[in-house]
Amino acid sequence: MLNMKKVSKTYRTDTVETHALREFSLTVDEGEFVSVTGPSGSGKTTFLNIAGMLEELTAGTYELDGRDISKLNDKERSKVRNEKIGFIFQSFNLIPELDVFDNIDVPLRYRGFNADERKRRIEKCLDRVGLTSRMKHYPAQLSGGQQQRVAIARALAGEPRFLLADEPTGNLDTNMADSVLDLLAEINDSGTTIIMVTHELTLADRAKRNIFVRDGQISDGPPELHFAAAASA
Amino acid sequence: MFRYYLKLGSLSIRANPALSALMVAAIAIGIGACMSIVTVRHVMSGNPVAHKNDLLYHVQLDNWNPDDPYEDPNEPPEQVTYLDATALHQAGRAFRQTISFKSDRVVQPEGEDARPFQEEVRATTADFFAMFDVPFEYGSGWDASADRAEERVVVLSAAMNQRLFGGEDSVGRMMTMNKEPYRIVGVLSEWRPMPKFYDLNNNPYEGAEEIYTPFSLAISGEWGSSGNNSCWKPLDGAGYEAYLASECIWIQMWVELSSASERDNYMQFLDDYVEQQKALGRFPREVNNRLSTPAEWMVNREVVDDTVNVLLSLAVLFLVVCLLNTIGLLLAKVMRRTSDISLRRALGASKSALFTQYLIEAGMVGIAGGLAGIGMTWLGLRGLENVFSEYDFISYLMTMDWTMVLYAVLLAIVSTLAAALYPTWRACSVSPATTLRIQ
Ligand SMILES: Nc1ncnc2c1ncn2[C@@H]1O[C@H](COP(=O)(O)OP(=O)(O)OP(=O)(O)O)[C@@H](O)[C@H]1O
Ligand SMILES: [Mg+2]
Repeated sequence: MLNMKKVSKTYRTDTVETHALREFSLTVDEGEFVSVTGPSGSGKTTFLNIAGMLEELTAGTYELDGRDISKLNDKERSKVRNEKIGFIFQSFNLIPELDVFDNIDVPLRYRGFNADERKRRIEKCLDRVGLTSRMKHYPAQLSGGQQQRVAIARALAGEPRFLLADEPTGNLDTNMADSVLDLLAEINDSGTTIIMVTHELTLADRAKRNIFVRDGQISDGPPELHFAAAASA
Repeated sequence: MFRYYLKLGSLSIRANPALSALMVAAIAIGIGACMSIVTVRHVMSGNPVAHKNDLLYHVQLDNWNPDDPYEDPNEPPEQVTYLDATALHQAGRAFRQTISFKSDRVVQPEGEDARPFQEEVRATTADFFAMFDVPFEYGSGWDASADRAEERVVVLSAAMNQRLFGGEDSVGRMMTMNKEPYRIVGVLSEWRPMPKFYDLNNNPYEGAEEIYTPFSLAISGEWGSSGNNSCWKPLDGAGYEAYLASECIWIQMWVELSSASERDNYMQFLDDYVEQQKALGRFPREVNNRLSTPAEWMVNREVVDDTVNVLLSLAVLFLVVCLLNTIGLLLAKVMRRTSDISLRRALGASKSALFTQYLIEAGMVGIAGGLAGIGMTWLGLRGLENVFSEYDFISYLMTMDWTMVLYAVLLAIVSTLAAALYPTWRACSVSPATTLRIQ
């Protein structure tokens, strides 16, 4: 479903050129759960930004469901983002002025669903992440783990086929991180493709496939990861 | 979606109450400054007989001093003498004609302890009401025969009828002025010629007179003018008779001519009249007659003085400064909201969706600014009333021109939207990628 061929991304400032991705090639199939690890600054977030069409690529091709993304205009990209992709962020990125219900409502509004349909979906997602009782709470009234689950509910509300998560557990303690991972695994089991960037090898290990990024390219990765993957297999 | 944007707008406005209040205040002050001057100018430059502008003509003849024009470079006097007024009126060569002046009278209301009061009365001729489309509530004006017969009749304004008769139909009843009885033949409905185009000699905004009576009657009663009166040579003798026979100018004359050719004919008639008078030893200057439409006459009399135009450009400049301020404040707001914008982009909002969202928010600020601007306009007009003496701008604004209020809000919305364009564009160009970067 995701197909990147020799994708490069170069950031230019007045003084420096940073090659965040270099001829990065990757194919992800429907239903996969891919973890992405790598040193800081290696290009993991850049890869997610491009995969999620939040950024343009400098060179190469990126096809999502067989469609060449570079040919889409802003409106079409926004539509694809809205319908096919869900994002989960390290710092949750909930809107503080909106309550839980309205936060999850945001992508559904841009989708153009009617009020009943939005309500149905929001309630369903909240139920799935176990936060139905917190519907009228504001983000500041929730714990970090609860906030991240609201963010996951928001990502799921549009029933995307593709979930992109950048360090979803980076701001959570181990227990909460585990429960978020359980939730992601469950979501993946129900058919949603997930790509998750993480620093923690134990969490990466729970994915079905591990990718190691170094200097903007996929590399073989550190041996521990392979051992871990082999051990769990 | 529109309602969703309204909700987001009000959330955002409430999330930054200080910033929002500053914006509303900036717009309100700018709008207030502009609209108060615009109102003043509007009131000053209005033409109450615009619909008859090409039919009505103000008459001027140059009977002035041979060595010194009435006004430089060579303007004829703005009024006419009694001799000419009556001669031209009697000739009746125009479709309609009226001669008039105002005079102070003392009105004695009915009732034991009613106190007398002084009032300006317009002494005029029958055609006055028809020429200027003066609206009647009860009865009508008098006719030409009443002018000839010097009938003791009056027409009252709605306000005067209210004051004297409690607003009842008073036609046929009597009233007393300077101890003499007058029979009421007509009562006007609301009539506010602003400016008072037919007599601009004193305050053009004092409003129309409240009482009208035949010119001939006023003359036989030896009424003096309470308006302007100018003479360029001493009277031949003393008394009212000598005054009527003098070259003093104190009467306003208007004619109604229904076509361009009629106008040309009348002009010819005036020229012939002056030539004829020259033969009798009057009119020592060159023939210099004028027929001016109400609009031309108001420009000639500089009803809208230059101060107002200067004030208007200053006010517009002020509005621009206020809008620049608004642009700055809106930009500050957008800057503070980059993470929100970027997140919405990531969740599927297109640029056009964000553009709409932010313009609607700006529009809401604009409406608030416009409404507050009406308050500011009111304050501004209060202030201007002090500058421009006793003109009643506020009551004009309240009673006559709700469209001005509408304009104030419209101007506020349009200018706020204009001010919002750049900040909104900036909002739309926030990259959705920043969401993942700011962590
Ligand atoms: N907007 C930008 N302008 C310039 N350089 C950038 C920009 N965004 C990222 N970079 C650079 O691109 C490289 C890759 O950054 P990226 O955020 O993808 O790394 P990362 O793997 O996600 O790191 P981390 O694990 O610390 O989050 C870095 O060297 C970074 O400095
Ligand atoms: Mg990163």
